[in-house]
Amino acid sequence: MLSRIRAFFATRRVLEVETPLLSHASGTDPQLAFFTSNYNTPPITQTLFLQTSPEFAMKRLLASGSGSIYQICKAFRNGEVGRFHNPEFTILEWYRVGFDLTHLMDEVEALFNDLFDNQLGTPQRIAYSTVFAHHTGLDALTFSHQAYCDFAKRENLHDAITLCGENHALWLDFLFSFCVQPHLGKNALCMIYDYPACQSSLARLNVNNPLLTERVEVFINGVELGNGFYELTHAAEQNARFDAEISMRKNEHLPLAIKDTRLISALEAGLPDCAGIAIGLDRLLMMLEKSAAISDVLSFDVTRA
Amino acid sequence: MAVYSTNEFRSGLKIMLDNDPCAIIENEFVKPGKGQAFNRVKIRNLKTARVIERTFKSGDTLEGADVVDMEMQYLYNDGEYRHFMMQDTFEQYQADAKIVGDAALWLKDQDMCTVTLWNDAPLAVTPANFVELDIVETDPGVRGDTSGGGGKPAKLSTGAVVRVPLFVQQGEIIKVDTRTAEYISRVKE
Repeated sequence: MLSRIRAFFATRRVLEVETPLLSHASGTDPQLAFFTSNYNTPPITQTLFLQTSPEFAMKRLLASGSGSIYQICKAFRNGEVGRFHNPEFTILEWYRVGFDLTHLMDEVEALFNDLFDNQLGTPQRIAYSTVFAHHTGLDALTFSHQAYCDFAKRENLHDAITLCGENHALWLDFLFSFCVQPHLGKNALCMIYDYPACQSSLARLNVNNPLLTERVEVFINGVELGNGFYELTHAAEQNARFDAEISMRKNEHLPLAIKDTRLISALEAGLPDCAGIAIGLDRLLMMLEKSAAISDVLSFDVTRA
Repeated sequence: MAVYSTNEFRSGLKIMLDNDPCAIIENEFVKPGKGQAFNRVKIRNLKTARVIERTFKSGDTLEGADVVDMEMQYLYNDGEYRHFMMQDTFEQYQADAKIVGDAALWLKDQDMCTVTLWNDAPLAVTPANFVELDIVETDPGVRGDTSGGGGKPAKLSTGAVVRVPLFVQQGEIIKVDTRTAEYISRVKE
């Protein structure tokens, strides 16, 4: 799988890069817990963070003029363990300068066709609100507490009402995870795009509809394999979103995140128009091998590491 | 009592849910890449034996339930309660028909069984997997029959009715699998 991915990008003249796993700053997303480590060069000791994804470092390369790049590396997310999760996992992440989301989806399709030897069914591309309405009958973009609660009662999902309350984003996470995602991509590549604005931190807002973001997610057999954006290039906007997430973390008493000011300066210097996506390679291997659990495709999962 | 987080939910863990003692059957971690993590948990209510599915936010906690399985000897039935005794401490417990349930069909005086205690009171009774019981009533068999073929109903000393091969006679003792209510073999005295 790895050699085929490398060959795919070599023919497309995308440069393979490597960036640090340890960084002075961390992601701010309140939903991602990071690992910290101690850097000791007496008399100085410093906290370094293991990356939750190579996104920030790769964007700094893009801003300094690297052109289109890809990377295969480890990423770390604290506390995530389960049938589809291991706290240390492998990411394929790539950025295409001059691409928008449609171009990016074309390339994802080409890569998957190559890796699956064209054995997958016809790929699908569906807008979030369309697929959400299809499986729930609800409007994903306009929150109606009453309608969402009625649906949850009908579907015997009473927990949703107490867990989600008036939080629209949480309702979307819940209903999408349990009522929509399991149906996506029966032995086929399914890409969901036009995510609601409350569901994304690093994507651009859609120019024609500010309720939508330029984000895409990739599924096969109900398993989420990847997440991509038409990237936000506006430094001030990015800075504001970081600050908002940092204060959200504070309110929820989560570990303090250190804002990546080097990324902000890189964006100020100018990130070229680009689209990028990250694919979870362990899960992709699960799909290729038809494995039931991520531990089946890892040499040693976290419980045996 | 200890408090358990969703991360500690393992199959067999006993917790309190809606004021009832429950056992975790299955726990699946569900997390959208950029969203809230949930745990979808299959739970058996130990009072009703019903299995339900509940969803929690990852990191939510539930109180543990003081539930233990104890090996006890079944003593007797006083009409209202059945009485059980711990072999080492001679401590006795009583349980009504609602708690004993179908286990009553397999309980013979002096036999060992499992009594599940919740806060030191019986919650459920599970008979041994195999028990040996007398046949008190069955049609006369036909000599020469083997264990193949249809068989016939036989009523046991506890009131249970199982299908036995035709050659098995009234008054004999048989071994029965209590999980499936199936005849296993005759027992020589």
